[in-house]
Amino acid sequence: MTVTSMDLLLWARGPGFAAAVVIFALGMVWRLIEIFSLGRKPDLSLPRERDGASGMNTVFRRFLFPPGMLRRAPVTYLGGYVFHIGFGVVLLFFVPHIELARGVVGFGWPGLPTPIVDLVAVITMVTLVVMLVSRITDPAKRLISTFEDYLTWALTLAPLLTGYLAYHHLLLPYPTMLALHILAAELLLVAMPFTKLIHFVTVFPARWYNGDLFGHKGVPS
Amino acid sequence: MADMTVGALLRERGVSRRTFLKFCTALASLMALPPGMGGAIARALERARRPSVIWLSFQECTGCTESLTRSATPTVEGLILDLISLDYHHTLQAASGTAAEAARERAMKEAFGHYVLIVDGSIPLGNAGYSTIAGISNAALLAETAQGAAAVVAVGSCASFGGLPAAEPNPTGAVAVSELVKDRPVVNVPGCPPIGVVIAGVVAHYLTFGKVPELDALGRPKVFYGETIHDRCYRRTFYDRGMFAESFDDEGARKGWCLYKLGCKGPVTYNACATTKWNSGISFPIQSGHGCLGCSEPAFWDVGGFYHALSMTTTPLNKPTGIALAAGAVVGAAVAIGNRKKQADARKGHQKATLGDLEKTS
Repeated sequence: MTVTSMDLLLWARGPGFAAAVVIFALGMVWRLIEIFSLGRKPDLSLPRERDGASGMNTVFRRFLFPPGMLRRAPVTYLGGYVFHIGFGVVLLFFVPHIELARGVVGFGWPGLPTPIVDLVAVITMVTLVVMLVSRITDPAKRLISTFEDYLTWALTLAPLLTGYLAYHHLLLPYPTMLALHILAAELLLVAMPFTKLIHFVTVFPARWYNGDLFGHKGVPS
Repeated sequence: MADMTVGALLRERGVSRRTFLKFCTALASLMALPPGMGGAIARALERARRPSVIWLSFQECTGCTESLTRSATPTVEGLILDLISLDYHHTLQAASGTAAEAARERAMKEAFGHYVLIVDGSIPLGNAGYSTIAGISNAALLAETAQGAAAVVAVGSCASFGGLPAAEPNPTGAVAVSELVKDRPVVNVPGCPPIGVVIAGVVAHYLTFGKVPELDALGRPKVFYGETIHDRCYRRTFYDRGMFAESFDDEGARKGWCLYKLGCKGPVTYNACATTKWNSGISFPIQSGHGCLGCSEPAFWDVGGFYHALSMTTTPLNKPTGIALAAGAVVGAAVAIGNRKKQADARKGHQKATLGDLEKTS
């Protein structure tokens, strides 16, 4: 029996998706319990300043550009914003994605017209490429980059690129490319708990922790 | 009569030359041939001896035959029956029993190596007794009849891909014609049923050019299955603009907006419905307000609910996700206990250092 693109699509939409969700759910619970249960050494020093609000302040202040940094590292700061917002728009406001959510969680929300999502997808992908070039050409960034950084970059680009190619009927027939798109998204889902991509959850606790620690040391936000 | 040319037979049947030329021109445009090809097709068909056609029906519902015959003559679809010498067809032949089988054997013998074999229905491999004709199993009959066929046309989704009989859990072990016939050109004309004019077009192409049309990866003629319903759909602009019918009776449905959310499988379905349409070009499912079921694609019965959007998952997630969450909690707790133990061991292993230790020169 030859495997047709419909078989691939069928697997991606059914067992493949279920497997990805199972690994994602298992991995996320496992990793979050592991991370939060690690705890920290008790800090026996007296707090230097009034601590308390510092952790929460940091959670929000880190959304802002630190003074002068926008000029010193525009690609890093603007790229980070454009990519994250773009990825969010494409993920959450493309109508087929909303229908998938409706099927999984039982409710949906209004979507955006496809050409707008299309444009945002292009901007997001271009930003990813610019960020990669910056990562490779900037000596400091290249020094601190590991294999995982490049892997997660590729895993993030893959669903965007395959989705774009599928929508525009490029390279492969639509059903095949759609199957690849779903598989790419599933791969991203599977990798999420076990790579730095888990930051989509841990980013805010991490900010809170840093802010709290610095507040304790007398450098409150 | 089998020796008559198509032209002679059509004249005998009282089909006017004008009707015949209209048919040929329509076929030429349908197959995306240059306009001048209409005349060439007419000349070729006029002179062609009608090929002997043996039509075998296996696990099928006769819907494909209905599609071909339920049309007002002389339409394109109706004419197909004049183009060929249909020597054996369970549903359409008058003979039955031994006489019918004799007709098949005679046709096979007289035109061995030249006849066209049309098959509708899938072939059960589970048990030979699931479907037999004159005591011969479908698989044996296909193997025997395919031997002398110049080409095999699998009409309908069952013959092309297994169709409904092959749907989960495929109790009869149904397979497509192409799974069994490997040494003959097999043309798949899927659809449940296929468009009559597409069946006609494939046969006319064979008569005109003496070979099967160019096929895609799934063995379908590219001229008819080259584009998706979605790409040729007149409601496509609504998809692009994000205007969707949310139910079959809301404002969007009444205004003819896109049916994607109501389960239309047009984006992954390759067929000619949106261009040739049905019933002499009157309409097609989406035009009458219902999404495409994707009936001309493999496994269309198993690709999730007809009324579930294409992007929806086809496997229930609640139970596996619940188990995954619980398993994750167990794994997480085990790892956490392990880490705690490591921390405790490290603390236990701490040695107090005194000033005296630092002064030692060891």
